Amino acid sequence: MFGDYFSRALIAGIGLALIAGPLGCFVVWRRMAYFGDTMAHSALLGVALSIILSMNMTLGVFAVAALVAGALIVLQKQATLSTDALLGILSHSTLAVGLVLVGFLTTVRIDLMGFLFGDILAVSVEDIAIIYGGGVAIVGMLIFAWRPLLASTVSPELAEAEGLRPEASRLLLMILMASVIAIAMKLVGVLLITSLLIIPAATARRLSSTPEAMAIVAAVLGALAVVGGLFGSRTWDTASGPSIVVMALVVFLVSLAVPVTRLFGRREIHGT
Amino acid sequence: MDALASRETLITLENAGVSRAGRTLVSGVDLTIARGEIVTLIGPNGSGKSTTAKLATGVLKPSTGRVSRKAGLRIGYVPQKLSIDWTLPLTVERLMTLTGRYSRGEISAALEAVGAERLLKAAVQELSGGEFQRVLFARAMIRKPDLLVLDEPVQGVDFSGEVALYDLVRNIRDTTRSGILMISHDLHVVMAETDTVICLNGHVCCRGTPSAVQRSPEYLRLFGERGAGALALYQHHHDHEHHDDGCVVAEGHVHEHEHGEHVHGH
Repeated sequence: MFGDYFSRALIAGIGLALIAGPLGCFVVWRRMAYFGDTMAHSALLGVALSIILSMNMTLGVFAVAALVAGALIVLQKQATLSTDALLGILSHSTLAVGLVLVGFLTTVRIDLMGFLFGDILAVSVEDIAIIYGGGVAIVGMLIFAWRPLLASTVSPELAEAEGLRPEASRLLLMILMASVIAIAMKLVGVLLITSLLIIPAATARRLSSTPEAMAIVAAVLGALAVVGGLFGSRTWDTASGPSIVVMALVVFLVSLAVPVTRLFGRREIHGT
Repeated sequence: MDALASRETLITLENAGVSRAGRTLVSGVDLTIARGEIVTLIGPNGSGKSTTAKLATGVLKPSTGRVSRKAGLRIGYVPQKLSIDWTLPLTVERLMTLTGRYSRGEISAALEAVGAERLLKAAVQELSGGEFQRVLFARAMIRKPDLLVLDEPVQGVDFSGEVALYDLVRNIRDTTRSGILMISHDLHVVMAETDTVICLNGHVCCRGTPSAVQRSPEYLRLFGERGAGALALYQHHHDHEHHDDGCVVAEGHVHEHEHGEHVHGH
């Protein structure tokens, strides 16, 4: 089953989509798309640093992404620049520093394109183990903390007043995002990770009437995009990572044709 | 005086204050909330109403003074305004279980109590301001809270909706015997049933029954003659029997003000 590169790519991609869908819903609900982008861009810095320090790459990427998230929280507390501007600074400077560092690495040859756009066809059995192991942990945490996560997404004040801890929820989401980015980088690359979080979730919105349904639909639609994208890339010999994103976009565009009101939110009016 | 006997104290603030980064947000607040009691905080923007409420609910720790709460105090919170993004699909039914797990029966009963049972399957984004506020009340009440915190409960609700919501607050107080802490940014509107109005401006500048507060020189100084003259007291059309512990609000007096400068259809 893991024999040929194509089925390995399919299994890895579907695994990633099943993680990214539910987490992506929170990214969409909390308007963290740009934040996700920033963390993803910092992944290249993580790659460079883990080569220099000769440590595990997934771990290095996770650490740098988490650090960037922490830096953002600290900078936000200063309240001098807007979050928007802070994200712009962090996003592009970490990407640039990463690129410069990669240039200094004369002893190791790095496939830069592979990191920027991913190389899902090169996943190993070990990568699949990381995706599914990490995935079970990430989705498990999401399910375990679902109610407080959702409550603090709807209203941090309300959650806080009723004894929940919205700051802890926010931190957990950031850690989960850093983990997904570390896992996904090899597959779709640092420039396309966020699309896998956002596009299936945004597509799922029109087809769901509860948050839980939206998370599940997003996971399924993401998997659909992976399968469609990979078969498309094999048929037309296109780059696999971008093909998956294009497929997700196609599904999104198709979903726009579905009239929203017919699927959910019918208001029951009887009596007065 | 059965009512007095059951007035278990829920929260006590003694000379409590909060400072952040060398700035005093609020200081010297004394406040108690008992079961079945309505306490209203009024004051201009930045006067420390929300900070005081957060001290009471335990979200903020006091930098000075003391805050004590009944052990295991359960709080129900009705937020000021809640704009739920379209991207988050949320039905009224799902909103009811936002911070806890409740059965279908409990959900229906809570919605029925606020007259919103027909909205069960509606998406929250399509509710009107008044409907949404009722649903938020139901959501807070399903928790069977000891203390209900209402943050500017009538904001964005039209006048008849306001009257209906104040009726609802009174009902909740009478039927559940929870304590109610209300924050009002509308300086001129206070429920007549409020037991204590606390007027804040970085500190407590005056306190007492609604009718006492509106006559106090501090209130007049803070809000000006014009503003103060317009203080409207929402008074239920029935007579009430609970004006027996110093919270006497004479009917005639209230109406005099109610119909003074504002013409209220009540």
